[in-house]
Amino acid sequence: MRTEMRIAGFGGQGIILAGIVIGKAAALYDNIYAVQTQSYGPEARGGASRTELVISDEEIDYPKVQNPDILVAMSHEAMMAYLHDLKDNGILIVDPDMINEEEILPFIKEHNIKYYHAPATKTANEKIGLPIVANIVMLGSITEITKIISADAVIKSIKDSVPKGTEDKNLLAFEAGRKIVQ
Amino acid sequence: MSKEYFLQGNEAYAKGALKAGCKFFAGYPITPSTEIAEDMARDLPKNGGVFIQMEDEIASIGAIIGASWGGSKTMTATSGPGFSLMQEGIGYAAMTETPLVIINIQRGSPSTGQPTMASQSDVMQARWGSHGDYEIIVLSPSSVQECFDFTVKSFNLSEKYRVPVIVLGDEIVAHMREKIVIPDNVEIIPRKMPKESPEEFLLCKADENSTPNMPVFAEGYNVHVTGLTHDERGYPDTNNPQEHAKLVSRLCNKILKNREDITSTDSYKCEDAEIVLISYGAPSRSVITAVKNARNEGIKAGFLKLNTIWPFPDEEVKKLAKSADNIIMVEMNLGQLVNEVKRVAQGDAKVSLFGKIGGEIHKPLEILSFIKKVQGGN
Repeated sequence: MRTEMRIAGFGGQGIILAGIVIGKAAALYDNIYAVQTQSYGPEARGGASRTELVISDEEIDYPKVQNPDILVAMSHEAMMAYLHDLKDNGILIVDPDMINEEEILPFIKEHNIKYYHAPATKTANEKIGLPIVANIVMLGSITEITKIISADAVIKSIKDSVPKGTEDKNLLAFEAGRKIVQ
Repeated sequence: MSKEYFLQGNEAYAKGALKAGCKFFAGYPITPSTEIAEDMARDLPKNGGVFIQMEDEIASIGAIIGASWGGSKTMTATSGPGFSLMQEGIGYAAMTETPLVIINIQRGSPSTGQPTMASQSDVMQARWGSHGDYEIIVLSPSSVQECFDFTVKSFNLSEKYRVPVIVLGDEIVAHMREKIVIPDNVEIIPRKMPKESPEEFLLCKADENSTPNMPVFAEGYNVHVTGLTHDERGYPDTNNPQEHAKLVSRLCNKILKNREDITSTDSYKCEDAEIVLISYGAPSRSVITAVKNARNEGIKAGFLKLNTIWPFPDEEVKKLAKSADNIIMVEMNLGQLVNEVKRVAQGDAKVSLFGKIGGEIHKPLEILSFIKKVQGGN
């Protein structure tokens, strides 16, 4: 089955790295197929940032995401920009401290969206003491909620994707992210 | 043994170059090819090679031509605006039979166009960009694995035929990540050095349609390299009509007469296809999905993927033109390689173009609708 996921926020949140970690987990450690792409604009920080993944048990031909099954929003702007592409009955995961949910509740109801809160930024600050790992906290929540990749695969993938010496903090962040949605 | 990676196309190009034995890279970074230069800058010195960031693309191609004559396997990477600046050097490399590899990651154009968006609008430029009659080889990858494989192949073809080889990529494949397998060992064609002694050797002496061996500087051979029409010794001989015709015909024929060895295509469900789609590079990924969907709806569609686009695979396309009623060319421009398809298919099949510009690949559903439109036209 083909699953399409979009993760969006703003530049500097580690959105692209989160996408690479998931893609690598699927393709190298879960031995399924994955293609990761990213929005590619001139901005480095502060602008909109987005990564997209196609994950499948069959070879992936068309590499782009059209209507995601899963949308992960780490900013209000990103959520509003992409919510309308989300499939009916799809999964929406948001960082509740980064968005204003009033605006989207009618849409969620109307389209039967499975809606989850994952307070990644707050958890990164308070539990790990490092706001920079919010993306890895979110990875933990994505893994736990969607189950499209295994936690073991993501752990291996984090270890070969983050800078040397930061593995332990990142793995703590990943576990914290799983816990907040259990 | 082999190793698996999850990489971007541009990272795979660099890995392919290193695996093929590239020892010299000169370039000027340009989006969307920059990651190739970054990786070569990081990894080439660790592998006994040299990386130079040049002042521009004219200098870049000059440097790799020189380094090739110094005995190294050489490469540069660029995008449209830089590729335009390299054209004179490409002609010089073709005339002097200098092996080298150029990766051009196509972006929206003309001019500086869309640096971060994809296109396939340099197809004719890759073929005809420099002045004069010449033949070169151009490959077009459609997956991260092919970025690696085709780069290795490009180095080999450039050595075998002593010709510039262009890998014509696009922003989409260059920047997407997927799994690739890198074998420990790949087939590598080394530089073919002269068998004769320096006293007996003539630099440009070659049989009809063939490629002479290539000495390097500072090994005792008389190496006179010129873009002027030259004789067997390599010395200018510019007023002799026979000499010029002989030289330029050989430069073209060493490629054209070996078309079968050079060209590569993959076909999918073409045997009984009434409508054959032809594509190369990123849009191939959409075409294959569209063809599978068409088959599911009972439409007899097939797909020919062009791995090499120059020299154009005349035979493969001619064969399909005879067996199919319709050919649809899918490319990210307003109609370039479609004209080659028309030339070859003339009288045998109806040829339509589904071109798209703007930076995004065709969506599979758009292609399926186009197939139905073509089918309905019969």
